[in-house]
Amino acid sequence: MTTAVLQARGLVKRYGHVTALDGADFDLMPGEVLAVIGDNGAGKTTLIKALTGAIQPDSGEILLDGKRVRFSDPLEARRHGIETVYQDLAIAASLDIATNMFLGRELRRPGVLGKVFRMLDKPRMRAASAEYMAELKIGLRSLSVPVESLSGGQRQGVAVARAVAWASHVVVMDEPTAALGVKESGQVLDLIRRVRDRGLPVVLISHNMPHVFEIADRIHVQRLGRRVAQLKPGEHSMAEVVAIMTGALTVSEGKAVIADKDAAEAIGLS
Amino acid sequence: MAVTEASLPRRILTTPTAGPLAALILACVFFSLNSEQFLTGGNFSLIIQQVMVVGTLAIGQTLIILTAGIDLSNGAIMAFGGIVMAKLSLSIPPLVAIGAGLAVCAAFGLINGLLVTKIVLPPFIVTLGMLNVVFALTHIYSQDQTVTGLPPELTFLGQTFQLGDTRVTYGSVLTIALFLLFAYLLGHTAWGRHVYALGNSPEIARLTGIRTDRLTVGVYSLAGLVYGIAALLLVSRTGVGDPQAGQTDNLDSITAVVLGGTSLFGGRGQVLGTLIGALIVGVFRNGLQLMGVPSIYQTLITGILVILAVAVDQLSRRRTR
Repeated sequence: MTTAVLQARGLVKRYGHVTALDGADFDLMPGEVLAVIGDNGAGKTTLIKALTGAIQPDSGEILLDGKRVRFSDPLEARRHGIETVYQDLAIAASLDIATNMFLGRELRRPGVLGKVFRMLDKPRMRAASAEYMAELKIGLRSLSVPVESLSGGQRQGVAVARAVAWASHVVVMDEPTAALGVKESGQVLDLIRRVRDRGLPVVLISHNMPHVFEIADRIHVQRLGRRVAQLKPGEHSMAEVVAIMTGALTVSEGKAVIADKDAAEAIGLS
Repeated sequence: MAVTEASLPRRILTTPTAGPLAALILACVFFSLNSEQFLTGGNFSLIIQQVMVVGTLAIGQTLIILTAGIDLSNGAIMAFGGIVMAKLSLSIPPLVAIGAGLAVCAAFGLINGLLVTKIVLPPFIVTLGMLNVVFALTHIYSQDQTVTGLPPELTFLGQTFQLGDTRVTYGSVLTIALFLLFAYLLGHTAWGRHVYALGNSPEIARLTGIRTDRLTVGVYSLAGLVYGIAALLLVSRTGVGDPQAGQTDNLDSITAVVLGGTSLFGGRGQVLGTLIGALIVGVFRNGLQLMGVPSIYQTLITGILVILAVAVDQLSRRRTR
């Protein structure tokens, strides 16, 4: 049996009286695109933040390649090769693309200029950024314009490229297509495929069922702070998955079972 | 798809300092047409001397505004630093007194930074409180007395040397050097890039792995140290330790920063823009004076310029959205 790349068992996170994670499990297998879906407030974002070090769970454990890890901040998760594209929080708008690509991991000039004067090696960072962009087929007019002058899709492209460039283990994307048009969404989905084809597993949080069904190898359904199902897109209809997500259906031994008859009837599933 | 660099004209036009620089040049052209004394080396040397104290304060202010903060206490911190240097220099070695003054200013910056990050108070409130605290301390410590009879080490920066046919103060050179130093630090080091990222969004910066609290405390402390240098410039220019000094310099430094094209929303701007902003104020004051315009009109025009600058910033931000 293959070990999961990234695993979580029994994660709990409380904010005052609100329980965001209530014993959540998580499994990401090598080389797959795993979609995480769930209603608003199901704890998707909290789960992802816990897995990427942005928050610390109150209890439960996280395993990377089968080994237990603790991330006290996002930097530590990144040191372990987990890169995240946060929704709306990916890139610094007034800085240029190359600076964003290397933000927090800047390259310095060799020799005295770098060591004593701490001078950044802008040409080298720009060249490396151009290479990553070309590799992922992200077309951009210029690497020296501020990111805020790019379109939404291009910005997302920069964020994804940065994550892919640095990730050695896992790329996590929180709603990467949420703010994008049809054409741009298509480009980002293509990008995700290219990332998977390079062998990196991708965790994709999304509300967009057609996108999830188009690209995911497996679906993790989050509900009320827990994982309630792991599904394959080919074995269930979109309506079934939505029903599981909202609690109208539950899953038992891989089969969808009606939990709430009225609700299931209302969406035509009984 | 090919990745190309933006063309040079485009880069110049999109540089945030292009507008302020154009304004400065236009003002210089206007005043040289209206006054024969304006366009002389001696007059420019005077303008730089007049703006060097506020200009140096404005370097620290720029750092803090780039992080989306603001510092109302910088003039007061400078005044206190000046008094500490002046009073101590009468009893201990002058260089040690200068060091003590610098350290005191940096310490006030550090306290500001800690209050902003650890207790998460708005910079406006923290520095408003600090303004009053330090103002009071200055008057208590100095017993409202101007300190005179200072040793030459404290007034050295006010002395001049000959450059061509113009006399330039060492303080002016130090001020320009500080601007160049911070332009380098902000533009060409990782620290500088992180300051901009922090000003864009603290949360993005944090998620990128930048230690935002440490960075913020560092920026406020460094700004404090720069205020200490401003204090030394002030003492050397006036030749005394004056507890009444710098009372409107906090707002004047914000004026210089804003006129220089740095956004009050943080994350956008250049420290060399601040130099241009300080020079714009200095040129207007000086030029209008040479033309015989009453000083109250200088204040009026400065006010209009500030509103114009902020309006331009706001409109250009809206356009890029």
